[in-house]
Amino acid sequence: MALLDVRDVTMKFGELVANDRVSFTVESGSIVGLIGPNGAGKTTLFNCVTGFLKPTGGAIIFDGADITGYTPYQIARLGAVRTFQVVRPLKEMTVFDNVLVGAFLKTSDNREAFARAAECIEICNLESLQEKPAGELSIGGKKRLELARALATRPKLLMLDEVMAGMTSTEVKVSVEVILRLREGGITLMIVEHVMEGIMPIADKMVVLDGGVKIAEDAPDRIINDESVIEAYLGAKYAQRFKARKEGGLIG
Amino acid sequence: MQHKGIHKKDAYWLGFIALLTMLPMVPAVTANSFHMHVVILILLFASMSQAWNIIGGYCGQVSFGHSVFFGIGAYGAGMAVVTYGGMPWPGILIGVVLAAVVAVVISYPCFKLSGHYFAIATFAIVEIFHRTFLVWDWVGGALGLDYPLVKEGLTNLMWYDTKTGYYYCALVLFLLIFGTVRWLEGHRFGYYMRAVREGQETAESLGVNSTVVKLAAIALSAALTALCGAFFAQYNLRVDTPMVMSLDMSMKFVLITVLGGSGTLVGPLLGAAVLIPLQEYTRAFWGGMGGGVDLIIFGLLIILMVVKQPAGMIGIFYAVRKRILKRNIAAKGESADGAP
Repeated sequence: MALLDVRDVTMKFGELVANDRVSFTVESGSIVGLIGPNGAGKTTLFNCVTGFLKPTGGAIIFDGADITGYTPYQIARLGAVRTFQVVRPLKEMTVFDNVLVGAFLKTSDNREAFARAAECIEICNLESLQEKPAGELSIGGKKRLELARALATRPKLLMLDEVMAGMTSTEVKVSVEVILRLREGGITLMIVEHVMEGIMPIADKMVVLDGGVKIAEDAPDRIINDESVIEAYLGAKYAQRFKARKEGGLIG
Repeated sequence: MQHKGIHKKDAYWLGFIALLTMLPMVPAVTANSFHMHVVILILLFASMSQAWNIIGGYCGQVSFGHSVFFGIGAYGAGMAVVTYGGMPWPGILIGVVLAAVVAVVISYPCFKLSGHYFAIATFAIVEIFHRTFLVWDWVGGALGLDYPLVKEGLTNLMWYDTKTGYYYCALVLFLLIFGTVRWLEGHRFGYYMRAVREGQETAESLGVNSTVVKLAAIALSAALTALCGAFFAQYNLRVDTPMVMSLDMSMKFVLITVLGGSGTLVGPLLGAAVLIPLQEYTRAFWGGMGGGVDLIIFGLLIILMVVKQPAGMIGIFYAVRKRILKRNIAAKGESADGAP
C-alpha cells in the first residue's frame, strides 16, 4: 500500500484553480519528486497535503488514514513533516534549540531529545553553527536547518519544499547525499524542486504539474523524454524540434 | 555544551537565594521597616512579573490583562477573611483555580487574534472587570474590603509587629515562581512556548499544538499571578478594585518585565529591583508633589530603554560583557604579538 495517496485533490482560491483533480501516490521507502514550472501549483499541493490549506475537493490518505482537513500539527504527529520553501527559522533560538523543538515531538524526555537533536545536527553538517541564533545563518545554513528540524521529528514521510534552491553546487551535492542517507534509514521522501537537475538522479518517480494539472507521473528517465513535460518546461517549439530530432534518430 | 553554562548560572542563583534568606538577620535592615517594605515589594513584583513573563515573554503573547488575575487572587483571599470571617487559605486556593479558568475562557477567543490585536483585546477585558467589580456589592463594590484585626501568624497569614513574616512569605512566592520558570526553561513545554513565540506556523509544522501551548501558558501564568494577588491583599490588609484590578496595575507587569528583559529568567528581578525602589522612594519623598512622579520616571526609563536597548537591562549586561570579553581577547592578542 502507498504511504501517501493523493486522490483528485482540487484547490481553488476564488475563481483561480491552483490544483485541478491531482492524483498520485508515494510508495513507502521511495523518493518522489514533484516538479513543474513556476506557478504550476507545487507549493499549493504541498500545503494541502501538510494541512496548511484545506483542499476544496478530493482526499488525502496517509498511512491508511484519511487526513483531509487535518491541522498541520495533527499531520506532523502522524509522521508527515515538511520544510518550508521560504525558510522559517525560529530566529532568536539557537540552531540546536530549533532542532530540539522538532526532537521533542516523539519524546518528552530531555536526554533522548538532546541526543536526537545532536544526531540530526550532525547529519546536516550544522555542528559548527549549533550555538548560533538561527536568524544569523546564511541561506544555505537555514535550508539545512529546515531539514535537520524536520528530520528530528522522526518522520515516516519527509516533505521537502525546494530545499536545494539557492544552494551552491557543493551544497546541493551534500544535500543529495543526505537525502540518499535518509532513504537508506527508511524515510520516504517527497521533494518539490523547481530545478530538475538536483532531483532527477535520485528520484524513483517524478510527478509533473503544469497549470495546476498533473501532466505526467513516471520514472525520471521516461519523464525527460515525455513530450508534454518538455513542452511545459521548454515551450512547444522546442518540443517539436525535439520530436523531429528524435524521429531523425539524433537523440536516443 | 549548553549544560555547563546553566549550572554556573544556577550556582549564582543559589548564592543569591542564600543571601535573601539571611537578610532579615541583618538588624540594620529589619530595624527600618520601610527598607523591609521595599525589599518585600521587590520580591513580590519580581514574582508577579515573572508570572507574566511566562505568557508575555516566553510565549510572546503580550497581555495587558494580568491585573484581572491578580485581582481575582486578591479578592479570593480578601473575601475569605472579610466576608466569610475565616482563614485566607481556602480563598487563595479558589482564587488561583478561578484565575486559571477565567484566563482560559477569555483567552480562547482572544488567541484567535494575532499580534497586537491580542494585546488590545486584553486592555478591554481589564476595563470590563474593573467596572464590574466596582459596582458589585458581593465583592465589596466601590468601598472595597477592609481586614479585621485577627491573631497574627501563618494560619491567618497576617503579621502586625514586624514584616519578617511577610518577608519570608514573599521569598517563598519568589522561589516558587522563579523555580517554576527555571524548570520550564529546560523542558519541552518551555521550548514549545518559545517556538510558538518565534513562529507559530513553524511550530505547528513540527507537531506543536500552538493553541494548547498558549492556553496552558496563560493558565499557569494566571494561577501564579493570582497567588501574588492574594499575598498583596494579605500584606495591605485591604482589597479594592483600583488597587488590584486596574490598567495601572496591569501596566506594571509589562513595564517591569520589559525593562528588565522579557523572556529571560533574571529580567523580571532586574526590572523590579530598579523600578520598585524608584516607585516607593519617590512616593515617600516626593509624595507632596502630587501623585504620579514615580510614573513619570517609569515612563522616561521605559522610553530610554526601548530606544537604546530593546532587549532590556539584561541586554545591556550582555552587550557590556561582550565588549569586555572582546577587549580582553584583543589585549591578550597584542601582548602575544609584542612578545619577542
